[in-house]
Amino acid sequence: MPRPRPLSARLRALLTLPAFALLCGCDMVVLNPAGDVARQQGDLVIVSTLLMLLIIVPVMALVVLFAWRYRESNKEATYSPDWDHSTSLELVIWSAPLLIIICLGAITWVSTHLLDPYRPLSRTGPNQPIAANVKPLEVQVVALDWKWLFIYPEQGIATVNEMAAPVGRPIRFRISASSVMNSFYIPALAGQIYAMPAMETPMNAVFDKTGVFQGLSANYSGHGFSKMRFKAHSMDQAGFDAWVAEAKKAGGNLDRTGYLQLERPSEGEPVRRFAGVETGLFDRVVNMCVQPGKMCMHQMMMLDAEGGTGKAGLHNVRHTEGETSATGTHMHGGKSFVGEICADQQDVAVGAKPKSVKPVKQATLTGAGLKQPSAKPTPIAPSVASETRPRPLS
Amino acid sequence: MIPQPAPVSPILGKLSLDALPLHEPIVVATFCGVALGGIALVAALTYFKLWTYLWKEWFTSVDHKKIGIMYMILGLVMFLRGFADALMMRLQQALAFNGSEGYLNAHHFDQVFTAHGVIMIFFVAMPFVTGLMNYIVPLQIGARDVSFPFLNNFSFWMTTGGAVLVMASLFVGEFAQTGWLAYPPLSGILYSPGVGVDYYLWALQVAGVGTTLSGINLIVTILKLRAPGMSLMKMPVFTWTSLCTNVLIVASFPVLTAVLALLGLDRYVGTNFFTNDFGGSAMMYVNLIWIWGHPEVYILILPLFGVFSEVTSTFSGKKLFGYSSMVYATIVITILSYLVWLHHFFTMGSGASVNSFFGITTMVISIPTGAKIFNWLFTMYRGRIRFELPMMWTVAFMLTFAIGGMTGVMLAIPPADFVLHNSLFLIAHFHNVIIGGVLFGLFAAINFWWPKAFGFKLNTFWGKVSFWCWVPGFWLAFLPLYIMGLMGVTRRMRVFDDPSLQIFFIVAALGAALIAAGIGAMLVQFAVSIWKREELKDVTGDPWGGRTLEWATSSPPPEYNFAFTPVIHDLDAWYDMKSRGSERPLTGFKDIHMPSNTGAGVILAGISTLIGFALIWHIWWLVGLGFVGLIGGAIFHTFNYKRDFDIPAEVVAETEAARTRQLAGA
Repeated sequence: MPRPRPLSARLRALLTLPAFALLCGCDMVVLNPAGDVARQQGDLVIVSTLLMLLIIVPVMALVVLFAWRYRESNKEATYSPDWDHSTSLELVIWSAPLLIIICLGAITWVSTHLLDPYRPLSRTGPNQPIAANVKPLEVQVVALDWKWLFIYPEQGIATVNEMAAPVGRPIRFRISASSVMNSFYIPALAGQIYAMPAMETPMNAVFDKTGVFQGLSANYSGHGFSKMRFKAHSMDQAGFDAWVAEAKKAGGNLDRTGYLQLERPSEGEPVRRFAGVETGLFDRVVNMCVQPGKMCMHQMMMLDAEGGTGKAGLHNVRHTEGETSATGTHMHGGKSFVGEICADQQDVAVGAKPKSVKPVKQATLTGAGLKQPSAKPTPIAPSVASETRPRPLS
Repeated sequence: MIPQPAPVSPILGKLSLDALPLHEPIVVATFCGVALGGIALVAALTYFKLWTYLWKEWFTSVDHKKIGIMYMILGLVMFLRGFADALMMRLQQALAFNGSEGYLNAHHFDQVFTAHGVIMIFFVAMPFVTGLMNYIVPLQIGARDVSFPFLNNFSFWMTTGGAVLVMASLFVGEFAQTGWLAYPPLSGILYSPGVGVDYYLWALQVAGVGTTLSGINLIVTILKLRAPGMSLMKMPVFTWTSLCTNVLIVASFPVLTAVLALLGLDRYVGTNFFTNDFGGSAMMYVNLIWIWGHPEVYILILPLFGVFSEVTSTFSGKKLFGYSSMVYATIVITILSYLVWLHHFFTMGSGASVNSFFGITTMVISIPTGAKIFNWLFTMYRGRIRFELPMMWTVAFMLTFAIGGMTGVMLAIPPADFVLHNSLFLIAHFHNVIIGGVLFGLFAAINFWWPKAFGFKLNTFWGKVSFWCWVPGFWLAFLPLYIMGLMGVTRRMRVFDDPSLQIFFIVAALGAALIAAGIGAMLVQFAVSIWKREELKDVTGDPWGGRTLEWATSSPPPEYNFAFTPVIHDLDAWYDMKSRGSERPLTGFKDIHMPSNTGAGVILAGISTLIGFALIWHIWWLVGLGFVGLIGGAIFHTFNYKRDFDIPAEVVAETEAARTRQLAGA
């Protein structure tokens, strides 16, 4: 087979354009992030590209070469009009991509498990394992129309459209939404995950650099979606403490009534801070029962699991008055809902309490290309991962 | 259960003067333009007394060739609409910086990107692909027509009915503001109380009937109507890929119909399949729609893979390298395309094992696809390549699609997808494969088969102008999107707050302008070619040194395609006939049995479209009336016994004699 010649000028220009883009100083946050998880994800982008270029570059070069060499005007090139089969070539054609896909498949299997957003972090950076006594910072995230609510149960504060975390401390996000689907994405920190109503998706991540980063909704959610942006601050511990203190100073308490006000559609909301949050608010959001008198999802599911309330349950469907918001097409109110039975206000968070999770050693998952574990592998507790997932579709 | 946002009149339903978007100057201006153009067209047709001709020769035609051409015209018209949407988006995103809101409000912009996606997939790519298969497949297998000619006409008009509904939404009411797949809960009645999503639902349902029926029709045609001697492994590759595509259509479109029906029930009668409350699960919708949506991608690309095979082999003057491996690759892709749907939402929170499974199955598809690229490559090897327009598009495809395939595999790695999902990188990727694969393939196909359909070649100069605008234009428009994707910029944004991004959007807009020039050049190419059709005339019926059966007949082919059904001995049947020196039969013609034209397709599809419109606007009496009319019309049509006729042997002899004279003169 002829050897590939240098690429044609057009092709070369094509390939060097991304390099120019890098030179022009634009900030490729996906490839140069500020969090260990995003860094590994960005590295995967690069590794997979390089692996595939192993086959893409020769193919493209051969296309150009053959197109040139076997052009009609070149009468010197061999012409074999009936040559249409070669077993050895076929073998190469099928096995070369296969080999690359086997490598990529192995990388995929390992990295998908290691970088599973549900998985508690085991490190904050290369060779920086997390000590067993480190408790992740819990941040509860609610995508509202069209702003972000962050609740810090440990600190007892809440903010709108602003998020902060101490650098180097693992963060455990619990993510949900009030009305429609969004996607919670801080490109510098870690890959996105959907924020869905009546559903909780966790995400584990950690900042490894301080700075102010962009956060946004990556999934279209209605008219105010473009402005659903927030700043994510990565600070040292002192800075974070000061930030918390500032929120505490701001006063105000986010209770259920306040949440129902906040949840109404609005665009371009300024940063807001609350010194206190009603206990269990996030669990009520996930269970769709912030509205007084509404039955929580987990109670409903429990009732259904026990056979339901039968026809009598029909009498428990209630309606609110219709009410159209002025800002958009989103209509709040005017909904039907199932009323609360045996209202036990204290019982709300049953079943929704976050399990205490321990960081897990990644030793059992270490595969080719990853460092061999020094200690004896610890099996992963399967229950931790499975119980925190949204309920699978049945 | 459903909130009643607006009063519903018993006569007009939700329709009122408020439904006309008079407050949107852009829409009003567009309407004026379209109305003036429409009036001019109607006036011209009336003046030149073309209505009867159109009705008798085209609208009611059951000839697969005419239906194929009508599909292509539908695709072209809708392409201009979809591209106008693209230009509006590019302009908005290039302007909306530094506190500027751009020139489109959210209500308008969100409709534009939704309509762009819906139109380009359902009413551009689908009609183009279906039209191509309709025209070429029966000719390639030596058939007189498709198996069910009336159904073919009906399918076309149903697809058109869907397109009419989408276009109507521009001027009456609004279109969906949900993104092209209308994910609930956003597309549910609570969050989208307007008629936009209803337009979406009924346009796709009406068009979906057409697509499904046309899929059934072509499967039966390919399996039952092949010329004697053409075993499955002697079928041209384009016919093979068409067969696989239609299998995909028939197996996947019912899923779309079902999922849209469920969403419709949620919106119309207050069920809770996909709502937040009452046990609904929006995740179910996302799964179901992609179980249709991923095979849909292969429905679009597979026939074009067939086109590239035909073109490469013809213009390299060589047998296709690795025919059987090409066929098996196609079949493998067909099957695998059902096992990858979850890669469209790795970020929805499935477990790591589920995500890896779907990631790996996705990558596996690149193996047969890669094999195809290699097969084309080795078809070129030791060939005598003529760089006519179809071959230029094919080479451009191979270079462009390789990059698109590569970025696709990157997106298939779940952790990498977490950072690239919904980003402009994703947008660049799927435009890279759809433009670089489907559109480039269509342009190759149009330039390749135009002489067959009309008897003259397309002008090369304007074709090359179009080519050199399109290919660099594509890269200029989408390379900035790839880069911005890596900068964490996501899709469907109306305004931006980072001013450093503006330059990328301006470059992308320039790319779109270059593509616009390419489209313009293509329209000029068509016009110039029609104008100078005498100079570009091809009387041989085989202008490119073709290899498959469609080149055996005259250009354009007679109504009956082949006077005698050919007998097939080898792959590349026409090349085989030519090299064995077979001669055209000149005598012994017999009567040819043909299907008759009927207006039933237009009427039934028209009623279906009207029912769709009435459903959208809650005009219940019209729904009822239309439904009775539809069933009644269908039953009435079964009593039409004038379904077929015979072309007398003398007419066939005359037509063939004319071709003999033409060939002698050439």
